[in-house]
Amino acid sequence: MSEASLAPRDEAALAAAIAAAHAAAEPLAIEGNGSKRDLLRPVQAARTLSTRGLSGITLYRPQELIVSALAGTPLAEIEAALAEKGQHLIAEPPTLSAFFGTDRAPTIGGLVATNLSGPRRIAGGAMRDHVMGIRAVTGTGAVFRSGGRVLKNVTGLDLCKLLTGAHGTLGVLTEVTLKVLPAPASSGSLAVQVADLATGVRALSAGLGSPFGVSGAALLPQAGPAGGLAGLPGPLALLRIEDFAESVAYRLGRLREDLAGFGTVALLAEEASLAAWRAVREAEPLGAAPGEAVWRVSVKPSAGPGVAAAAGLDKALLDWGGGLVWLAGPATPDQHARVVAAAAAAGGTFTLFRAPEPLRAAVAVLPEEPPALAAIGRRVKAVLDPKGILNPGRMRAGA
Amino acid sequence: MIRLPDPKPAVLARRDEIVAALRALVPGGPLGEGVIGEALRLKPYETDGLSAYRQPPLAVVLPETTEQVAAVLRYCHANGIRVVPRGAGTSLSGGALPLADAVVIGLMRMNRILEVDYENRLAVVEAGVTNLGITNHVAGDGFFYAPDPSSQLACMIGGNVNMNSGGAHCLKYGVTANNLLGLRLVTIEGEILEVGGQHLDAAGYDWLGLLTGSEGQLAIVTEVTVRILRAAEGQRAMLAAFKGTEIAGAAVDAIIASGIIPVALEFMDKPCIHACEAFAHAGYPLEAEAMLIIEVEGSTEEQDRLLGQLKEICGRFDPISLKVAQSAEESLAIWKGRKGAFGAVGRISPDYLCMDGTIPTGELPHVLKRIGEMSAAYGLQVANVFHAGDGNLHPLIMFDANDPASFHKAEAFGADILKLCVEVGGCLTGEHGVGVEKRDLMGVQFTPAELALQRAVKGAFDPGWLLNPAKVFPLEDNPALQHAA
Repeated sequence: MSEASLAPRDEAALAAAIAAAHAAAEPLAIEGNGSKRDLLRPVQAARTLSTRGLSGITLYRPQELIVSALAGTPLAEIEAALAEKGQHLIAEPPTLSAFFGTDRAPTIGGLVATNLSGPRRIAGGAMRDHVMGIRAVTGTGAVFRSGGRVLKNVTGLDLCKLLTGAHGTLGVLTEVTLKVLPAPASSGSLAVQVADLATGVRALSAGLGSPFGVSGAALLPQAGPAGGLAGLPGPLALLRIEDFAESVAYRLGRLREDLAGFGTVALLAEEASLAAWRAVREAEPLGAAPGEAVWRVSVKPSAGPGVAAAAGLDKALLDWGGGLVWLAGPATPDQHARVVAAAAAAGGTFTLFRAPEPLRAAVAVLPEEPPALAAIGRRVKAVLDPKGILNPGRMRAGA
Repeated sequence: MIRLPDPKPAVLARRDEIVAALRALVPGGPLGEGVIGEALRLKPYETDGLSAYRQPPLAVVLPETTEQVAAVLRYCHANGIRVVPRGAGTSLSGGALPLADAVVIGLMRMNRILEVDYENRLAVVEAGVTNLGITNHVAGDGFFYAPDPSSQLACMIGGNVNMNSGGAHCLKYGVTANNLLGLRLVTIEGEILEVGGQHLDAAGYDWLGLLTGSEGQLAIVTEVTVRILRAAEGQRAMLAAFKGTEIAGAAVDAIIASGIIPVALEFMDKPCIHACEAFAHAGYPLEAEAMLIIEVEGSTEEQDRLLGQLKEICGRFDPISLKVAQSAEESLAIWKGRKGAFGAVGRISPDYLCMDGTIPTGELPHVLKRIGEMSAAYGLQVANVFHAGDGNLHPLIMFDANDPASFHKAEAFGADILKLCVEVGGCLTGEHGVGVEKRDLMGVQFTPAELALQRAVKGAFDPGWLLNPAKVFPLEDNPALQHAA
């Protein structure tokens, strides 16, 4: 493995390695620590290029709400540095360590490249919303920058957005600059026992449409033992408030009155609330078994329950007000086709997020794009990676 | 003066034929003719919010549907005709400045609100709906569309998307890019595409993110799906005035360090305070060197508590004056001067350039000092307003447009300020875009290779460089435009 794995110690060496691979037209699997190696399709490459040798926070200005770090910096290291100053990553990214059954530490570059956001996405924005600047290397080995280290920037085309969520197929991130915010002083949640998923989404919508600043809105079909929710029978609508302690108490109180009509409301104090949202963030309440496939479908929130029903799967978890539907079930092409059809019928998008290799190698793990957009995509790919050496096959077969 | 690419003689020679062909595609209706071709009636379209630059276009088309936009683009593409998209024409960077051989596609007749969905907190609107039009439409139900550029009464959402517009409340609610779900757009080939939708975070490449802020370089946006938010229970402002810009800057740092993120945190320097006070009589302290307007949200009790904490924090910095609004009316009075800042400067100077750059907030005192020195050297007055939370600086450079020398000095002064922004770690534009105004400064922020890469990405959407081709990228070293003439 060591011979097949490159882990350059600096950006120049990483660029040189890519330039050499470009010259030889040799494909490379791109990763940080490989914690999400099993995400999307398997990559067709004999050698792996890792950013783990590029590690460390390069700039942290708490007063300017900005942190920069080399791509291979472990997420935990960044979170610890931010916590020391009472700040946090806004998108609440998951680690998914248990989910993917790995003890490899996720890196910040990997989180940006996969645009993974947690429950706070609904109120605070996605990972990509907070990527203010990047340094990256193209598939020819050219280093480039986009964005900057300030919170507002519209100078030129926003290549930060293009590379965020591109899964390493358009360039290898070497450094990212993120917007951060003060972590809330306090938090708490309400758990509403609802009759069915549709009622649950209406409860979440009522919360998100209230003036109280709900920062998490999830729906658990079966509460189960995860996240300290034992004893509360599902389906359970969870709504979170994060703010100063007095505001959390006041807003939970007001929200509780507004939600009383949807079912019995229980209050989760800070510890229980933190545990519940950690579980939602890591998709634990989904209860996906190791051999099962897991899909992430994104639709408008009111369509979430319909997607779960149309997919014919009992194992579901709805986040983002009901719009993010996690589904788990048999890893078969037929079941995949059902989920794809359900997402399309609801006007949404899907990702086959985790599956045994035979399935994810055989089916489209992301929606097909209309031909005109796919053609633009191929031309953009040709600009940034003309020989197609970066993570070939990761997002789509043959690309 | 700004250089524009040479017009294509073959296109100019075919003007009448082109106008006739466009009329067949966009005949118009009750709102008027669909195509404008007469010189006199093209005049209103010769410039935008950067009125120092003027260039009448070949023709103006005013489509009413996405299909008409597609037909026009298909025709222009087939005939090698350049296209300049235009919303309300409020761009301060010349983003809608025409070219002599270009067809302007004005989207102001596409001004319908197509769908409002409170349960899913979104609205689908056409590109020509004004920014404030969206908020006004949903305000009765307690909702709003968050980005609020100063021009929000006039500017259109299609232009906001293309410039990734911000406003005074970005610190809490983000810029345009953070408040979009989907776009309907037309490629230069006339293909109608949807990116994003009514859901969050489409799988695949983030076309929505790349298109936002692309200044009409990649496609023409005809419909926008925006997120709408429920407004907080209430909001209130306070004013804090200080003896020095460094002191005010330190107060800003202390506020952020306290964990409070105000919805707005606006900074004004002394010349700006004076201009605004003379105009609006808002009760601003004239002896102050710098002033902050801070706004918070929540219930009355929450506002009281936050404003009390902010007052205590500002109190540590030896303020000249601290005024906490006790009512919505007093809040409006505090905002009155700031909201009228541009008009106020317009009253004391016949003309001004509104610049837009971003700096790391900690560099503010240094940057203001350097701007002051430049002001003395150029002999031109400048007033500064600053979105202190996010580092977005708006120097207003005063000059006399009747004196060409004064205008050229103002342009050079502005360029020096933007170079300074980059030098201290910031960037050329925070929310106005590059347009033609900052096009030739792009080399200050980007290497030639980085610019070539961005141009190549544009080329992936628009291989013939027909979409708004004179903007954003320097004309030099651009093979696509060198050969265009």
